[in-house]
Amino acid sequence: MSLYTKILTKSLWVFHVSVSPCNNCDIEILDLITPAYDIERFGIKLVGSVRHADVLLCTGVVNHKVAPRLRQLYEQAAKPIFVVGIGTCTVGGATFKKSYNRAGAPLDKIIPVDAFIPGCPPKPEAMIDGLVKLIGTLT
Amino acid sequence: MVIDSLKFLFYLLIFPGFLFVTVFGLIVDWVDRKVTARVQFRQGPPLLQNFYDVFKLLGKEVILIKDSPYFLFIIAPIIAFATVLMSSTLVGAAFFWEMGIGGDLLFIVYLMAIYSVAMIIGASSTGNIYSSIGASREMKMVLSDDLAFILVLLVPIIQSGYKINFHQIIGFQETNGMIIGSASGIIAFIIGIICIQAKMGLRPFDIAEAETEIVEGTLMEYSGPLLALWKLCHFMMYVFLPMLLVILFWGGFHFTSFGSIIGGIGKYLLIVVVMILIRNTNPRVRIDSALKFFWRYASPLAFIAVILAILGV
Repeated sequence: MSLYTKILTKSLWVFHVSVSPCNNCDIEILDLITPAYDIERFGIKLVGSVRHADVLLCTGVVNHKVAPRLRQLYEQAAKPIFVVGIGTCTVGGATFKKSYNRAGAPLDKIIPVDAFIPGCPPKPEAMIDGLVKLIGTLT
Repeated sequence: MVIDSLKFLFYLLIFPGFLFVTVFGLIVDWVDRKVTARVQFRQGPPLLQNFYDVFKLLGKEVILIKDSPYFLFIIAPIIAFATVLMSSTLVGAAFFWEMGIGGDLLFIVYLMAIYSVAMIIGASSTGNIYSSIGASREMKMVLSDDLAFILVLLVPIIQSGYKINFHQIIGFQETNGMIIGSASGIIAFIIGIICIQAKMGLRPFDIAEAETEIVEGTLMEYSGPLLALWKLCHFMMYVFLPMLLVILFWGGFHFTSFGSIIGGIGKYLLIVVVMILIRNTNPRVRIDSALKFFWRYASPLAFIAVILAILGV
């Protein structure tokens, strides 16, 4: 493990991409940055611009309209960039499994994914656990 | 001659300059994040968090926009960094050693203007809508806070008998008492803190970089080392702007005794903590209310302070 990766894992800035979610996971992500869970302890910060991001948190079942936009967003991000799929939708589609409008499930049909955090929605504790596991795979 | 130029290089690069100001600025910004976290009943980041952030940003990719004048995009943070480095060296040298060149205060005023112009150029060169909104708001912020800031700087100049060098102002305060003790001094000092808040883009006046509204506006398209330069500029301003207020109004800093060293650092930290608390207890104002605040209340008050200073109160 290089020094750079070691430092990178201590300051992951996350960017929230909602690719046609039902909004449940998004609210849980907002829970993650509230004082109760306080992920700033680990150096994780929610940023507004994809240019500043190190991790893309993708929520939702990707439909045909947002799939090219998700790919574009991935290409716009400054590398190295990691992708985390939040919720069961990104893994298998959950309730929307048989939807006619489903373009990418699992998410890594569209962009390379580093970690999945299943759950409908996953608890903030589960997301912290998932991010820690992502750090574990990097190092 | 060679010794002299080496000495100035040392000032610029190591002690009051680059190395000291960046490291100290990163730590002061950690204090900001930690106090903010404690205000919100959170734990807050570890001590070295800002060092990690900047180191990480230095290794990331820089993305340039193909159809934009990206020469300006690259040169803007470098100009801003150079101006902030120069002004912090100047203020630091005056703060610790009471040294200075002729006309320090005028120099600082112009350097601060160049910083804002660099930010406007860098943001508007991208062609991004949010960046353009940020640039136009930054322009309006310069229009609103510059007048009040210059009027505030005039008060110590007038009180010390029309001196514009830092060491002469500090020397005046040693013999005649601190400028903050007078009526005009205290008014100017309070408005000065508000102006610094606006210059740095902290909470009630973070209109140009509104994170939740126009996603860091001016900095939106920056990534990697260029973003790190902007962040470093912000951290360095945290160091030298409060120091400027301590020098101008509060008698500066002396190495003469242990008590005075602690006192000098205490004054500096007090101003920083007041700024952090203002930042945490105020919501962001609209651009028109900020303009109205500065033109209708802050500037006339500062003008009254200048008149009081001329009358010798």
